[in-house]
Amino acid sequence: MALGTQDRSAPAPPEPPPDRAGGGRKGSKSRKGLAPYLLTLPGVAWLVAFFAAPLGFMFLFTFYDGTIDIGYSFTSDWPQTYFEAFTTYDTQIIRSVIYALIVTVATLLISFPMMYWIAMKGGRRKNLFVLLMLLPFFTPFLIRTLAWQLVLSDQGIFLGTLKDIGLLSADFKLLASPLAVISGMTYNFLPFMALPLYVALEKLDSSLLDAAADLYSSKREAFLKVTLPLTLPGVFAGSLLTFIPSVGDFIDAEILGNPNTTMIGSIIRRQLLVNQDYPTGAALSFLLIAGILVAVFLYARALGTEELTG
Amino acid sequence: MAAASASRRRPKREWILPTYTGLVIAYLLIPIVVMMLFGFNDYPGKFNFVWEGFTLDHYRNLFEIPELTQALRNSLVIAAITSVVATTLGTLIALALTRFSFHGRSGLNLFIFIPMATPEIVLGVSLLSMFVAIGFARGFPTVLIAHIMFSISYVVVTVKARTSGFDRSLEDAARDLGADGWTTFWTVTFPLILPGIAAGGLLAFVLSFDDYVVTAFNAGATITFPLWIYGASRFGIPAQVNVMATLIFLLGVAYVVISLLRERGRSAAPDPSEA
Repeated sequence: MALGTQDRSAPAPPEPPPDRAGGGRKGSKSRKGLAPYLLTLPGVAWLVAFFAAPLGFMFLFTFYDGTIDIGYSFTSDWPQTYFEAFTTYDTQIIRSVIYALIVTVATLLISFPMMYWIAMKGGRRKNLFVLLMLLPFFTPFLIRTLAWQLVLSDQGIFLGTLKDIGLLSADFKLLASPLAVISGMTYNFLPFMALPLYVALEKLDSSLLDAAADLYSSKREAFLKVTLPLTLPGVFAGSLLTFIPSVGDFIDAEILGNPNTTMIGSIIRRQLLVNQDYPTGAALSFLLIAGILVAVFLYARALGTEELTG
Repeated sequence: MAAASASRRRPKREWILPTYTGLVIAYLLIPIVVMMLFGFNDYPGKFNFVWEGFTLDHYRNLFEIPELTQALRNSLVIAAITSVVATTLGTLIALALTRFSFHGRSGLNLFIFIPMATPEIVLGVSLLSMFVAIGFARGFPTVLIAHIMFSISYVVVTVKARTSGFDRSLEDAARDLGADGWTTFWTVTFPLILPGIAAGGLLAFVLSFDDYVVTAFNAGATITFPLWIYGASRFGIPAQVNVMATLIFLLGVAYVVISLLRERGRSAAPDPSEA
């Protein structure tokens, strides 16, 4: 279907597909065969030079030892770098994974009913509701998080007022707690879950639900056996898009948390920008990527990959 | 039919989901309202935490803090350049992906997806590793390089969504009417995919303007708007930041309202497919 229909002037009837897998390209049709490669070249070159190559450099750093001042040298003891990085910061790594999991579940539970209603019952106002939901995200991430800090602060407009009218005890604290960090992250990452859910729910063919009703299924059954399985790809995409940035996030933890809510992102940042210990920072980054890959794999297995990747 | 009993039961519960949706949207808007409100706060000293009274001073003295103004200017310039470059590179890739079948196409799709599935901190750390390893000084150019890098994939996905659902018979019609490939592209194809390109460009601008994490690793001595705010957050953030964020927010709202109205105007025109 996606065959190039660029040069239709040639009288020759059925054109050969612009390219055959692996085959050498002949000079005569080179202009057409090359077109997609020429189009992709600049962007792909940029990504190779500034995304893929840097990952390679980061990987190399984990085989080295030293600091930016004394210089770096190759060490045969490199597995030790990974081992030490993990054992020193296992608390923060595990904490990041747990926070990210809670945030993923929380965003799913909060946004599913809302997106369900907007997609199913929103009617002509669907787009308006989605945009209303996205409005807060026109504000920079940092400013949103700092505004949360203001909302949650001990004597701020909310807690302060509740304390003044005696609904909360004067020593009640929200800020600088795991709850504050998780609520801030849930807030900040909500659209990453909500939008894929919306796309999946919006695509859902409502005649399938009518069919289920005609076949005497209850509303609950129709939801569990029709709606939910058909929206699983949205749940999958939303979960990944929420979990991955959450697990690497450190702004929420630094602004809304305390020293006991430090996440792995803060540690990595400190290793690079403060301690200038590139090998440890790079090793922690790789542990983070590895952890994400394992989590994605297990999650895809649990949900059933075949239907999801198709 | 079971519809009768269902509809008798329905009115009771009909309000639950809309009310819930309203509450979630209100919850999402709370920090924004607080942010806007504290742009009018007449606070003494450095800490803009407690409501003290109404003032327009911060609007009047919006550019009173030179470092903040410079940071905002840096961010706007970086976001504008990022938007133009990333949109150009991303649109070319999207066109190749949707209009040609070529060897390595699915691999390319995957390659485009991976940067979006990589945590920002890893993007930042790996770029810094490379710049340190090859001895490349960090500053304005490295911030640009980084922002263009993480924006390209988002532009590709946005433009692709628009180009793949588009009616190829319009191009055939243009060619049947004697237009050559180049003319067809600029008079038919390009105007049709322009909204997708504009959306991709806007997304790249917003991503760049918003970024703290990748920038923090690769900025050197260059200060962007988020970097300045983060630095200031330890000593108290001046209300000018609230005002600037409010104005940016309102610009975003205005853009959305205008595009919604235009969309409505278009669908109000004869379009029987819209139920």
